[in-house]
Amino acid sequence: MTKKVSVYSTPACPYCVRVKQFLKENAVIFEDIDVSMNQEAAQEMIKKSGQMGVPVIDINGEIIVGFDKEKIKMALEL
Amino acid sequence: MYDLIIIGAGPAGITASVYSARKKINFLVITEDIGGQAAWSGDIENYTGYQFITGPELASKFEEHMLRYGISLREGEGVTEVKRVEDRIVVKTEKGQYESKTVIIASGKRSRELAVPGEKEFKNKGLTYCATCDAPLFAGKDVAVIGGGNSALDAALQLMNIARRVYLINIVPRLTGDPVMIEKVEGSAVVSIMNNARVLEIFGGKMVSGIKVRGEGRENTLSVEGVFVEIGLIPNSYLAPDVAKNSLGEIKVDYYNQTNIPGIFAAGDVTDVPEKQIVIAAGEGSKASLAAIRYLNQHK
Repeated sequence: MTKKVSVYSTPACPYCVRVKQFLKENAVIFEDIDVSMNQEAAQEMIKKSGQMGVPVIDINGEIIVGFDKEKIKMALEL
Repeated sequence: MYDLIIIGAGPAGITASVYSARKKINFLVITEDIGGQAAWSGDIENYTGYQFITGPELASKFEEHMLRYGISLREGEGVTEVKRVEDRIVVKTEKGQYESKTVIIASGKRSRELAVPGEKEFKNKGLTYCATCDAPLFAGKDVAVIGGGNSALDAALQLMNIARRVYLINIVPRLTGDPVMIEKVEGSAVVSIMNNARVLEIFGGKMVSGIKVRGEGRENTLSVEGVFVEIGLIPNSYLAPDVAKNSLGEIKVDYYNQTNIPGIFAAGDVTDVPEKQIVIAAGEGSKASLAAIRYLNQHK
């Protein structure tokens, strides 16, 4: 089953870049949401995660804050 | 028992591990993250061989180079203590304990904290240490930048184009960054500079809603939704209680990266070596690895 993956990020945050790199290396297809360009998406991210730090990764509704490799691997069953 | 444990995987730790791998010694790398401060840098234009590369890209190149050798790596593990016990060095972490003949401490620096009530509680809930990352989330809001040096000015410059109002709260009488940056900040109608001002508390509900500031004998409350802490860096040297440090908390090393404790070496920004640069940290990492290997050969 393919999981729906969204990454909420800003352009200049290093861990956002690292998360996206990691997903690409593992051939995970994801929606890349730039919250600096999209206030609605920013609010959605804050609501989902209860905090304002980027990146936030939504994997089928499971919310992971930051570049937490282990949690991402588990959620994606990598 | 390991021959060598390298603590940290920034430019110093990674270079030390590349050198150690090529000498085929039995070593382990323990680190919280990969890339260290280099991963947090924006554009890098002074690392030899790359005319231009971003911090995250350079960090990935470092990582790739290190992992090429199939090394033992414990990532996401924080070291809590390094101590010499008789003839060996004991490294304690959040998850376990390891023993080694030598250690290289390459644990770098981290953002200095304000140490005021509310700081821990509101981290990532309006309070941040990375303006580059989080500034875009504060569009149209009132925010405070704490600090008066270049990193605080840089944060204020980024925010003044996004936020509604920026309070720049500086503990000393004058801003201390580059004059070009000071001029720009002073010229902005959005920025209010508060010199001689100290943050007392950060408060709010689920997220930050304001801060208390003492300045010129008065206590003020400012309504802000964002607090950007930019008051410098401190070395991660607390993990080695017996190792000698200078007044800044940096680990003292000699030309051979040796500390005052036999078998414990240090490299990069955690040390008292002048100039904190990626290229210098990398060079120091290689020196520390070679010195540790020499030590191992002498103490067989």
